[in-house]
Amino acid sequence: MNDLSNRAISIKADLLTKRYGDFIAADALSFEVYKGEIFGFLGANGAGKTTAMRMLCGLSLPSSGSATIAGFDIYRETEKIKKNIGYMSQKFSLYEDLTVLENIRFYGGIYGLSDGAIKEKSEAIIARLGLQSEADKLVSALPLGWKQKLAFSVAILHQPHIVFLDEPTGGVDPVTRRQFWDLIYEAAEEGVTVFVTTHYMDEAEYCNRISIMVDGRIEALDTPHNLKQQFQADSMDDVFYKLARQAKRVDL
Amino acid sequence: MEAITLNALTKVYGKEKTVAVNEVSFAVEKGELFGLIGPDGAGKTSIFRMLTTVLLPDGGSATVNGFDVEKDYKQIRSSVGYMPGKFSLYPDLSIEENLNFFATVFNTTVAENYDLIRDIYVQIEPFKKRRAGKLSGGMKQKLALCCALIHKPTVLFLDEPTTGVDPVSRKEFWEMLKRLKAQNITIVVSTPYMDEAALCDRIALMQDGKILSIDAPENISKAYPDSLFAVRADHMYALLNNLARYEKTLNSYAFGEYAHVALQSGIDEAVESAALKSWLESAGLKDVEVQPATPDIEDCFIRLATVHQAAVIK
Repeated sequence: MNDLSNRAISIKADLLTKRYGDFIAADALSFEVYKGEIFGFLGANGAGKTTAMRMLCGLSLPSSGSATIAGFDIYRETEKIKKNIGYMSQKFSLYEDLTVLENIRFYGGIYGLSDGAIKEKSEAIIARLGLQSEADKLVSALPLGWKQKLAFSVAILHQPHIVFLDEPTGGVDPVTRRQFWDLIYEAAEEGVTVFVTTHYMDEAEYCNRISIMVDGRIEALDTPHNLKQQFQADSMDDVFYKLARQAKRVDL
Repeated sequence: MEAITLNALTKVYGKEKTVAVNEVSFAVEKGELFGLIGPDGAGKTSIFRMLTTVLLPDGGSATVNGFDVEKDYKQIRSSVGYMPGKFSLYPDLSIEENLNFFATVFNTTVAENYDLIRDIYVQIEPFKKRRAGKLSGGMKQKLALCCALIHKPTVLFLDEPTTGVDPVSRKEFWEMLKRLKAQNITIVVSTPYMDEAALCDRIALMQDGKILSIDAPENISKAYPDSLFAVRADHMYALLNNLARYEKTLNSYAFGEYAHVALQSGIDEAVESAALKSWLESAGLKDVEVQPATPDIEDCFIRLATVHQAAVIK
């Protein structure tokens, strides 16, 4: 994990830009993310994170610039991108009115897994998360933290190259947040690239590298350790504060 | 004088008799900034809804400004402000229209209490013709706070006002709360962010409908009973796995750039640090650092929640 630069490149963005009329939501983003890396994508509300993430997931076409995701072109191969990534967010993750098992089966089907594979995966997920007695309960009955752990497991059901996580731990308690990060570490150890946004600055520390967006641009990108040195800060909270308070854009 | 009292307050939901709030008792002093700290499902929102009289208790009692939440709900409703966790303003009305609406409902005008909201309102005023449904999260939050304040409440209830809000905006929000507190408004605020707990006068740590601990944040930290160490090494994932296997570990978990590990109290810290360091090195970790750490609210919460969980399983 310490020699990331020797690894294959998972995401490569070059001057990636998204304009809405006169407004530049994402401004010339250039960065690389390595295979198996945990990459933290930070920024204040309104800094352009969601816009960037939508482009990287093949959901929104850039205005200019280029990028490859798991080797696929962001303009021409959006369907291939979607097959090779996983995605979860705080807002959309699972179907509340399906049971735990039904959700796993549903997503397994969407991703084209065989019945045998779905059965095997279901058992593995239920065992890993300790959901044996909840397997036939509706997802709406689960506490938020359990839902989020299940949503993550479902997002990597099809063994994607990359998983995008949009504020996966918002509102989750400290103990469950850490259990969630255990799942992230395990996935990264198995070679899944993790691209994650968070408002918890202690979680920024768990990333191999992080970028911080301000007003649509990436203003800093390095390991947490190097960023703290660069900004002469004691904590990532300080680094974030020093950068984000320079923002001129009003969060509309 | 006490602004709020809860006496064995209880709420039970549904056929399965899920106990959301389990005989909770505490009091909040007038002018106090009181925090309800706990995860989703701890019972915070149910407490807010009972205290604001929109939900009836199934057991126990509570008062707000001396009024009973069941019998005197009318008096309570006119004297408290409530900002629910879920955005609850009218999305089809503009900023201005929402504010006027709430002022009118409480028989007052925006002009009459403008002083109270000025600091907050000036930040959203340039967009006052915009519909509330079209606002960003941060702007919605500011508008909701203005609407909760416009009738000059004596008690303000804020249910997770900063969930999903970035660290800079969170700091600004807490600056606003301090200014409101200075005007002698009693504030009860809930949050899943442990760093915000330290900004309250007193906090109640909650889980599964119960209070785990209630005190000033600094006293809760002081009462932490174990010996806590901060540990760093070249590889966090391997470090965490190894700390969990160390035989003297009571509890271990990631904590920012360090891992925290709790060992039994009353030990010689220097000896134990050295022993742990050499054990981790023999497990193959490099650049190992071990140092005593001061527990904060998050450490206390994790410990209480773990002990609580163990008791539930037994």
